[in-house]
Amino acid sequence: MARFSEENLETALEIRSRYPIAKSATIPLLHLAQEQDGYVTDDAMEHIAELVGTTPAQVLGTCSFYEMFKREPVGTYLVNICTNISCQIMGGEELLHHAEHSLGIKAGSTTPDGLVTLEDVECIAACTEAPCLQVNYRYRHRITIEEFDQLIEDLRAGKLADEVPPHGTLARTRQHIPAERAAGNADPAGVPEPGWLARNAEGADA
Amino acid sequence: MAVTDAPKIITSRFDVADGHTLEGYVRTGGYEGLKAALAKKPAEVVEEVKTASLLGRGGAGFPAGVKWGFCPPGVFPRYLVVNGDESEPGTYKDRILMERDPHQLIEGVLIACYAVGCSQAFLYVRGEMAFAQERIAAALNEAYAAGYVGKDILGSDFSVDIVLHWGAGAYIVGEETALIESLEGNRGMPRLKPPFFPAAKGLYLQPTIVNNVETLSNLPWILSNGGAAFAALGAENSKGTRMFAVSGHVKNPGVYEVEFGVTTFRDLLYAPVYGGGIRGGKELKAFIPGGASAPWLYPEHLDTPLEAGVIGKMGTMLGSGAIVVFDEDTDMVKACLRLVRFFARESCGKCTPCREGTSWLEKILERIVDGHGRPEDLDLLLDVCDNISVGMNWPPKQTTICPLGQSATTPVASAIMRFQDEFEAYLGGPATVTVEVKGPAFVGPVREEVGADA
Ligand SMILES: Cc1cc2nc3c(=O)[nH]c(=O)nc-3n(C[C@H](O)[C@H](O)[C@H](O)COP(=O)(O)O)c2cc1C
Ligand code: SF4
Ligand code: FES
Repeated sequence: MARFSEENLETALEIRSRYPIAKSATIPLLHLAQEQDGYVTDDAMEHIAELVGTTPAQVLGTCSFYEMFKREPVGTYLVNICTNISCQIMGGEELLHHAEHSLGIKAGSTTPDGLVTLEDVECIAACTEAPCLQVNYRYRHRITIEEFDQLIEDLRAGKLADEVPPHGTLARTRQHIPAERAAGNADPAGVPEPGWLARNAEGADA
Repeated sequence: MAVTDAPKIITSRFDVADGHTLEGYVRTGGYEGLKAALAKKPAEVVEEVKTASLLGRGGAGFPAGVKWGFCPPGVFPRYLVVNGDESEPGTYKDRILMERDPHQLIEGVLIACYAVGCSQAFLYVRGEMAFAQERIAAALNEAYAAGYVGKDILGSDFSVDIVLHWGAGAYIVGEETALIESLEGNRGMPRLKPPFFPAAKGLYLQPTIVNNVETLSNLPWILSNGGAAFAALGAENSKGTRMFAVSGHVKNPGVYEVEFGVTTFRDLLYAPVYGGGIRGGKELKAFIPGGASAPWLYPEHLDTPLEAGVIGKMGTMLGSGAIVVFDEDTDMVKACLRLVRFFARESCGKCTPCREGTSWLEKILERIVDGHGRPEDLDLLLDVCDNISVGMNWPPKQTTICPLGQSATTPVASAIMRFQDEFEAYLGGPATVTVEVKGPAFVGPVREEVGADA
């Protein structure tokens, strides 16, 4: 069972409805699949292909291009340490080495208990807050070695469950366009000049 | 030191605790720019933005009003795609703008759609930015309910949906044609320009305006206060203010909104209200002025004003407003390797010079750092660079579909030209450098007789 659940199918259809061409929903739906199962399964990709009107191979092609999509289970917590330039010169590499040592794993792998998957990542746009990391895409700024150890301890004790949702859950607030307020999709094949542009022709100086 | 009293244009709500909510936003003047825009003809709004001379903040620095004019007349629908993929190393501004002032961005999107005649807008937010997505989703939901977005906006005939879209982790998707590919549900590989200039053939091959988050966030102020008021700030070729992320070895790393042109690098790095000087009382060794793709600058360049034209002539760029500061103890060879590794990892693989070149640069640099370098390696590195970016000039000559390949050569040329001695320390002896590098920012150490007053 890794096709969308009934509830998620409803969300998927709502997401799809916001695009004039269904295939544009591919990446959001891959995120939804990852949210459901913790990673992107083959069944989910097949379901997405049906929903957006393409082939499973096309969906896999898209899925495999992007770093965030995991096609195998990962730890409950994905700990991404930035070692790019601003973090490197502020101790990011030392932090990564410490993490590898204390967790007993190399970047790119998961602790045997399945708690943490460690990754060495590129700039995550927190450069002035170096060194920094993300846990399931939630930021930790200017983190010290001691704070890192505390973080792992807290994760292990389940203390951060409110702050950090399980891997795959992105935004916990979703966009919702109420039907009566929707302007509607702009079909590339059939939308005329928007009415308000006609104002340009009004008056003598147009 | 010149710290100007220019008003905060886009960061004005960062101190307002509820500035991200509709209530807090409207209380502090929010959506007034949209109202001002709707009272004008769309063409007049374009004129206002042209008067402001608002330059794109995504990296290329192209004037927004001029770009809007590139949509072919009579071809509809037009789309607006917001570039919120911020991932150029050193860059941190769009994420804060999205998290702290999402309505300002939404208002900017609406103004742009009204001016250009876009029938739908897509807000592409980098996948890793979960909090920004939550804030924008909440703001959009509020704005829809209150009649600011969607059908018949504020009771007018202007209608447009703004769709929040997620990225999924790929630097190259920040390039505008790759962004469009990604938004169509594909692998994020850039398209060839021409013919695929987004304004002519963009999303679904329709006219599409791609603008950066910071660019659009300036529009509410410009419409509320007038393009002339904006153009009164800053310098001849760079109007208004801009956000700079100052990271690395300064006492106060941070994101600062400063006035263009009047402010210098020295102000940003040393003024107590900004960077506050090099930490630990150290000396400055070098700094990157505009993100990982920009050629490096050095202490002799500190008094240069932050102005696109001036910095372009020097052979580098303000790019994405990312200033990375290196103190005297920094290992520049390792810094160079880290930057090159980034480009090698992020190359989409479509063009041979970039795909092959970046990974060879990484391998050669790795062997140097590992102590297995050869005396001819610096020449080899530069030769590979020369094959990706012919002549190593500025602006770089493009051999590839997008500029990522050329970007990977700038840290290599910068490091070798300036810090050959550090490479030689790794090599354990003198290196040969015969390949010619023409870019003016790729300069060697300043000698006494040349003088340090650049
Ligand atoms: C490799 C590469 C990465 C880029 N990344 C970004 C980015 O993350 N955000 C951004 O706004 N522009 C980025 N750009 C620039 C965009 O292609 C485009 O010029 C910009 O979004 C246009 O918006 P503006 O005119 O408002 O600056 C990138 C360009 C290249 C070549
Ligand atoms: S230059 Fe590199 S990143 Fe850009 S299109 Fe070519 S291979 Fe892809
Ligand atoms: S370099 Fe680490 S967040 Fe940007």
